[in-house]
Amino acid sequence: MIKVQKDDFNVNQEIKDISSVNKNIGGIGLFIGKVREGNNSELKSMTLEHYPIMTEKQLENINNEAKVRWNLVDSLIIHRYGKLYPGDQIVLVATFSKHRADALESCEFLIDWLKTKAPFWKLEESNKGKVWVEEKRSDLEAANKW
Amino acid sequence: MHIKYFSWVKDQIGIESESITINENINSINELIIFLKNKNEKYSKAFEDLSVIRCAVNMEVSNLDKKISDNDEIAFFPPMTGG
Repeated sequence: MIKVQKDDFNVNQEIKDISSVNKNIGGIGLFIGKVREGNNSELKSMTLEHYPIMTEKQLENINNEAKVRWNLVDSLIIHRYGKLYPGDQIVLVATFSKHRADALESCEFLIDWLKTKAPFWKLEESNKGKVWVEEKRSDLEAANKW
Repeated sequence: MHIKYFSWVKDQIGIESESITINENINSINELIIFLKNKNEKYSKAFEDLSVIRCAVNMEVSNLDKKISDNDEIAFFPPMTGG
């Protein structure tokens, strides 16, 4: 399932909702991305802009690809947009499988992919002003390994 | 043709979206960029370094040599930074 939303999410509730309808889940791979304050506590806010409809389509595509490549019972991606603050949750990737390898590997695959191929852009605001976050080489390399 | 701009591309051009009527000289994204750069300095600055410009045609990420037509929705943006 894909959710692109402004609101925060409750990880426990999201996991419970999926786990309660499927008793064949043996393990859950989980990644929660959060807004970091930065080394000198300089970040005031982070605004996530996205391309509506394309975002949902892209996330749906990659979620389907994960289901083809790994043996998953279910999977969930929640990605927030709008203005967020240090400590806020940005993204949740949860993968549900019978055995741990499928859950852990597909979770890593999905978050690596999201970093460079989901149409989101981050505007960081600090005392120095506003700066759009640039693509990181390490994120590109992580996505390319799959 | 409907064109959308995101992130700093939007900031530099100063608008989120616009509709243009395509003429026969514009058959690809590259040709559309040349057309836009000729509009004014904001566009020419935004499209100055194409190595940091990505585009989507009808919400599919596309190369700059992609063929386009009048009914397409085009989007220009910098590399994506999700997650």
